[in-house]
Amino acid sequence: MSMKGDTLLLVRDLKTYFQTEDGVVKAVDGVSFELRSGETLGIVGESGSGKSVTSLSIMRLIPEPPGKIVDGQIWFNGVNLLELSPEDMRKIRGKRIAMIFQDPMTSLNPFLRISTQLMEVTELHLGHSKKEAYQHAIKMLDMVGIPEAKERVNGYPHEFSGGMRQRVMIAMALSCDPELLIADEPTTALDVTIQAQILELIKDMKRRLGTSVILITHDLGVVAGMTDRVIVMYAGKIFEQAPTRELFKRPANPYTKGLLRSVPDPAHEEGKPLYQIPGLPPDVAHLPPGCPFAERCERATAICHNEFPPFVEVNSDHWSLCHFAEEVYKESSRLF
Amino acid sequence: MQNGSLISIENLKVYYKVGGVFSKKVVKAVDDVDLQIKRGETLGLVGESGCGKSSLGKAILRLIEPTEGKVIYNGVDLVKLSARQMREQRKHLQIIFQDPYSSLNPRMTVGQIIGEPIKTFGLAKGREVEERVQELMEAVGLSRRFVKRYPHEFSGGQRQRIGIARALALNPEFIVADEPISALDVSIQSQIMNLLEKLQAERKLTYLFISHDLRAVRHLSDRVAVMYLGKIVELASAKEIYEEPLHPYTKALISAVPIPDPEIEANRERIILKGDVPSPINPPQGCRFHTRCPFAIPECSIISPELVEIKPSHRVSCIRISKDHPDIKENAAKGLGVV
Ligand SMILES: Nc1ncnc2c1ncn2[C@@H]1O[C@H](COP(=O)(O)OP(=O)(O)O)[C@@H](O)[C@H]1O
Ligand SMILES: Nc1ncnc2c1ncn2[C@@H]1O[C@H](COP(=O)(O)OP(=O)(O)O)[C@@H](O)[C@H]1O
Ligand code: SF4
Ligand SMILES: [Mg+2]
Ligand SMILES: [Mg+2]
Repeated sequence: MSMKGDTLLLVRDLKTYFQTEDGVVKAVDGVSFELRSGETLGIVGESGSGKSVTSLSIMRLIPEPPGKIVDGQIWFNGVNLLELSPEDMRKIRGKRIAMIFQDPMTSLNPFLRISTQLMEVTELHLGHSKKEAYQHAIKMLDMVGIPEAKERVNGYPHEFSGGMRQRVMIAMALSCDPELLIADEPTTALDVTIQAQILELIKDMKRRLGTSVILITHDLGVVAGMTDRVIVMYAGKIFEQAPTRELFKRPANPYTKGLLRSVPDPAHEEGKPLYQIPGLPPDVAHLPPGCPFAERCERATAICHNEFPPFVEVNSDHWSLCHFAEEVYKESSRLF
Repeated sequence: MQNGSLISIENLKVYYKVGGVFSKKVVKAVDDVDLQIKRGETLGLVGESGCGKSSLGKAILRLIEPTEGKVIYNGVDLVKLSARQMREQRKHLQIIFQDPYSSLNPRMTVGQIIGEPIKTFGLAKGREVEERVQELMEAVGLSRRFVKRYPHEFSGGQRQRIGIARALALNPEFIVADEPISALDVSIQSQIMNLLEKLQAERKLTYLFISHDLRAVRHLSDRVAVMYLGKIVELASAKEIYEEPLHPYTKALISAVPIPDPEIEANRERIILKGDVPSPINPPQGCRFHTRCPFAIPECSIISPELVEIKPSHRVSCIRISKDHPDIKENAAKGLGVV
């Protein structure tokens, strides 16, 4: 086990590309970040920005072809996952790194009892006997708040509501007490009162088990309440990275700033039109030469359209991909 | 009918028979709803999925036949109209859907899609149709160059603009916007919300804005109706719904909405409701919320609460809340039961 605050995961210059009819999609293109033990890291971005591909790369679940991790390193507790044999990776996946998805049905088999599916995991990874595995399954369901776990463990996925299924997924993901939990939009399909239940559950599990979490979401509100640090992705790149409070208070990137200003905030509702980022997200298969955001950026000058921007450290642990990172950061500091 | 209301919904019920021909099961999707929509306002309709929002919105336009009740528009009860008479009224009453893609004919060009209602209702002919189409495209922020393109060539946000242009084609007075931004990315959501506001100002539109996104509803609406299992449980100005919600369900709903501000989030007290929304086939007796309500007392499972005015223009449906005792938390602390 790693100690709290140590680096648990270190992603270096990750590049995951897809070969499509439309050309090469650089879904993740040179992404680097670190996750410390015990921390919750948020990854936000609009659809297609590369959030899921980043997490699937960590899990080594990129469908190949058409995808391929073409470059980079993913260090997990000092081991480069990209160098592991499929066999060794299987021992880590589901045991030491677990993942939950937006739609639990992508990982639950509709034809198998919940018990069977939960038992498989601990029989494989923890060497449980049938009896041990069954007891453990009940314990996990109970822990994630499934009422009458002893009976429900024998049910099938379709007998559970959306929120309950997500609880089952979480029970399954946590059943081997993994060091890292990757949650990819775990509450996007849920109603807000059920979302609140699931987020509370993730927080509670984290407190009890000390699991480190990567939480992927497009909801800035969820990020604000759940994470210690945030990564903002756009077009396969990290545009900004900072401790959560710092990011919300002093964004150093025009895209982040635009995103923050375009969400209605009921706590500060002023009745003015929302800020709107003009235009559409770019086509990742045909990116322009300069900054991928230049076309939509109110701040862009000629250099933005021609040269790829630098990744600038504007403050300790706060990075922004922008030709004007320092200036944008200074303005934010004044503004808030 | 109340003064200033464009549409007045009275005792509206939408029931669906489910489970085969011989089944007696019904889903009471909308159950006895009274609601006035004022001319020029945006009335927000919020609630969790399955609570009956779409059924209510569609029943107003009779895209679903109401089981019972009235929908009075300009002094006319729409429910009583023949199909033909209703078709005439549809000019004034339009709808925008969540998924514009499934509501746009994939084999028609954008120009044809927007032009079709203009032609069928004979609002214009020949070149004039084209001109109107181009005007509408401009109004919703679509380049005229796209007029010959097909829906699949557009992004989600652009398709929503096509859907809006089509809804506007007949110059309606009233638009039901059923989750129009739910499928869109954050940056595109704000574009569409701004567009809806701009069009409302320019064309004096009245909206019923249906959404489960309470932040968007807060931003766009003048008043908000909160729905739970087929019933309206609270109705007030958007500001009051957010700042002083009275009904325990509304309180929980508002407290569950994540706020994009880490400092507020860190110090927030969240009301976490237990369990799921019960089935609308056999909804709980009495107050439909009593199975999840933190304040429920035995009477709540017997008495069906009415939607009554607690403060000026603020109506709530709960037996533990009254004009003299509007604060349920305080009432509970004092040990007051039915008030
Ligand atoms: N299996 C695949 N084949 C081709 N392209 C893919 C595949 N999976 C993802 N992509 C592309 O990679 C990009 C990033 O996708 P993704 O990581 O899923 O985005 P998101 O941020 O919404 O999770 C998108 O442009 C997407 O179309
Ligand atoms: N055509 C239908 N037949 C049977 N049940 C329906 C039909 N349409 C909706 N329902 C049911 O009615 C209830 C309300 O649905 P809906 O109005 O779509 O809710 P919302 O828009 O709030 O999500 C749900 O329980 C739903 O399953
Ligand atoms: S009537 Fe009873 S159950 Fe319903 S909201 Fe009021 S206190 Fe809760
Ligand atoms: Mg994704
Ligand atoms: Mg609906």
